[in-house]
Amino acid sequence: MAHDHKLEIFRGFLKFRSNTQKIWGVLVFLTIVTAVEVALGITKPAVLTHNYFLGMKLLNWIFIILTLVKAYYITWDFMHMRDEKSSLRRAVVWTPIFLVAYLIFILLFEADYIYNVWKEGFMAWDF
Amino acid sequence: MDTSVTTTAEEKVWGGGNRPLGASYGKLMMWFFIVSDALTFSGFLASYGFSRFKFIETWPIADEVFTHVPFFHGNYPMYYVAFMTFILIMSSVTMVLAVDAGHRMMKNRVILYMFLTIIGGAIFVGSQAWEWATFIRGDYGAVETRGGRILQFVNADTGERAALADFAATLPDTRVAHQRDNGVWFEAEGTLPTYTVEEVAEGLRSNPNILIRTETLNEDGEKTVLNREESLDKIKDARLVVEGANLIRNEYGSRLFADFFFFITGFHGFHVFSGVVINVIIFFNVILGTYERRKHYEMVEKVGLYWHFVDLVWVFVFTFFYLV
Repeated sequence: MAHDHKLEIFRGFLKFRSNTQKIWGVLVFLTIVTAVEVALGITKPAVLTHNYFLGMKLLNWIFIILTLVKAYYITWDFMHMRDEKSSLRRAVVWTPIFLVAYLIFILLFEADYIYNVWKEGFMAWDF
Repeated sequence: MDTSVTTTAEEKVWGGGNRPLGASYGKLMMWFFIVSDALTFSGFLASYGFSRFKFIETWPIADEVFTHVPFFHGNYPMYYVAFMTFILIMSSVTMVLAVDAGHRMMKNRVILYMFLTIIGGAIFVGSQAWEWATFIRGDYGAVETRGGRILQFVNADTGERAALADFAATLPDTRVAHQRDNGVWFEAEGTLPTYTVEEVAEGLRSNPNILIRTETLNEDGEKTVLNREESLDKIKDARLVVEGANLIRNEYGSRLFADFFFFITGFHGFHVFSGVVINVIIFFNVILGTYERRKHYEMVEKVGLYWHFVDLVWVFVFTFFYLV
């Protein structure tokens, strides 16, 4: 297993000469993504905070997508998931994705329902 | 060819020693532990999302809560958390470099990189402790209403937050903290706030440039500031002075906000702490030459997986707690 690392990222767009070089390359990429997140979090452009997609601000969608991108590169390159067999990869990755997607769907829908009950029902919390 | 089945493998299919997933037992178990731990953290974060969507119009704004940087005064939202994120990613990099050096059997490099990883982890845990201390201490102070809502104060001239110390009146105080040695019942009470509700209310009445800020978010995602008449009316609802945060109430807003802060970052911080401890153990094993004798450094790879997982969780905590 010592020298059979897959060395290309971005679907072959970037190919590194050694594993060490790939590690530093991924670090640079992750740092840029984090810097973009922080910059957006501090400036909060009005275009992104006033437009919504599926009930959530565009800015928050960008944060979530960038987080998943970071998670992908941490798992694939730092945890060497890229070099594992597809069966191991699928067992480890798809199980939580399926369960968590289900959990998020249930909980957020329920929370939104409760929010509406309190907002539109005959209750006030203004004291 | 990984997938081809040779005759010899077929013979001992039921005799053990097969590696259908191409990973050793220990590594596979680490992966499955990570899966279950990831589900635990997902449970925490999803319930955070639940509470937040439930109180979507009144949830505290993280930018306004986490504004401190050690050794600096002023308002620096997010910078310190971003720095902590970078530290953790950086220690992930040194960890993966240690794993890489282990593959190539370079003992001294493994030692160096493991050491740097431990340092990074220690800096992170220390930063988190500082972050907790700052959060618990609080900075401006607020009052809580009869209904459990938090009312904060702003300076009408500058639009900036006003601390209780800036405007609260000093009234002759008769209330002293109850100690267990001077009561009928052998009970003590917690620390009393610096100011009483009457002192804060009197301070608000006598300072015309102080306004009340409620929990409710307006269309721009900012907290609603009441005008002078509304503020004077609203202060009548005040029942308690809240300074800092604990598990029951906090000056930042919704009570659940502090609870989730303590639970999620606490659970993560505990993971980082145990990661550092495990890294130290492996670090000494490397120095003692255990893995040289074993002819492979797979143990470093396994703790590496755990360490990267801790980093991975922080990426999500950072997004959902501090950014979104």
